[in-house]
Amino acid sequence: MEFLVNPWPWYVAGAIIGLTVPALLLLGNKRLGISSTLRQLCAACYPSKIPFLNYNWKEESWNLYFVAGILIGGFIGGSLFANPKSTDLSQSTVAYLQDQGLKNLTGLLPVELFNWNNLLSLQGFLLMVVGGFFVGFGTRYARGCTSGHGIFGLSSLQWTSLVAVIAFFIGGIICTYTVLPYVLSL
Amino acid sequence: MKNLKYFLVGVVFGLTLTKGEAISWFRMQEMFRFESFHMYGIFMTAVPIGAISILLMKKLNLYSLNGKAIDIPKNPYHHGLVLGGLIFGFGWALTGACPGPLYAQIGAGYGVTLITFFFAMVGTWVYAKLQPYLPE
Repeated sequence: MEFLVNPWPWYVAGAIIGLTVPALLLLGNKRLGISSTLRQLCAACYPSKIPFLNYNWKEESWNLYFVAGILIGGFIGGSLFANPKSTDLSQSTVAYLQDQGLKNLTGLLPVELFNWNNLLSLQGFLLMVVGGFFVGFGTRYARGCTSGHGIFGLSSLQWTSLVAVIAFFIGGIICTYTVLPYVLSL
Repeated sequence: MKNLKYFLVGVVFGLTLTKGEAISWFRMQEMFRFESFHMYGIFMTAVPIGAISILLMKKLNLYSLNGKAIDIPKNPYHHGLVLGGLIFGFGWALTGACPGPLYAQIGAGYGVTLITFFFAMVGTWVYAKLQPYLPE
């Protein structure tokens, strides 16, 4: 069970993620993509006569089973067999985050920032509410996220997905160097 | 239970994201600051493996198990790729998660990610509402 507790090297994780593309195609001609499930859930819960949300979402319900699996995978790897050691981050990232006032670098998220109490502060609001909103709005507007464009789109050699991935990274880098230091200082 | 197989692929995918630390907020900071190869290594392994698999499947004329031809429609260019992409990039850096990792983080027991997830749904819904007015 050691391999379930320890983190996996990038080439192992990368290989399995890459093999998900042919696995889904061979099992049922399905294209890897996850942000579309947010649209599916909106269409199922509150379509409210919006044309973009009024379609037969049940026809594509396979992806809801897929993300339910991701949730269970997260439970197995992050809870049942959680790695007790903190992430082996680069020294410069550790130094930077400590410099920004973060003391607890264990786990998957900085618990000092992502907790229920902090939700009521401007910092928590920006990280979770605004951040979450941008993830949902941006991925649907771009018609895909890191999996749909970053893994599937690039794997199928679509130049439009490369445009999207470059935009993802430019947005992320600008935010990391301009907005995030301000948010962390709050 | 025709969807059970997708659930099982999802379990492996989610476990891999988690064990590969691709759902870690810290790893995303490291990636955007170009201070580690880890996340780039994941992408640079996954994409060629995915690409070679697709090329092979086309070469061998493979069909999916349910007898359908493998078809991959071309995605045409639209401005949302850039505008939406930039907006998602900001969200990615703030939350440290893309949609896949949101599910995995919730599964891993980070209950507060439910809030991030809920507002990702709100963002999707607001996009749907505003879609007629946005440049495509």
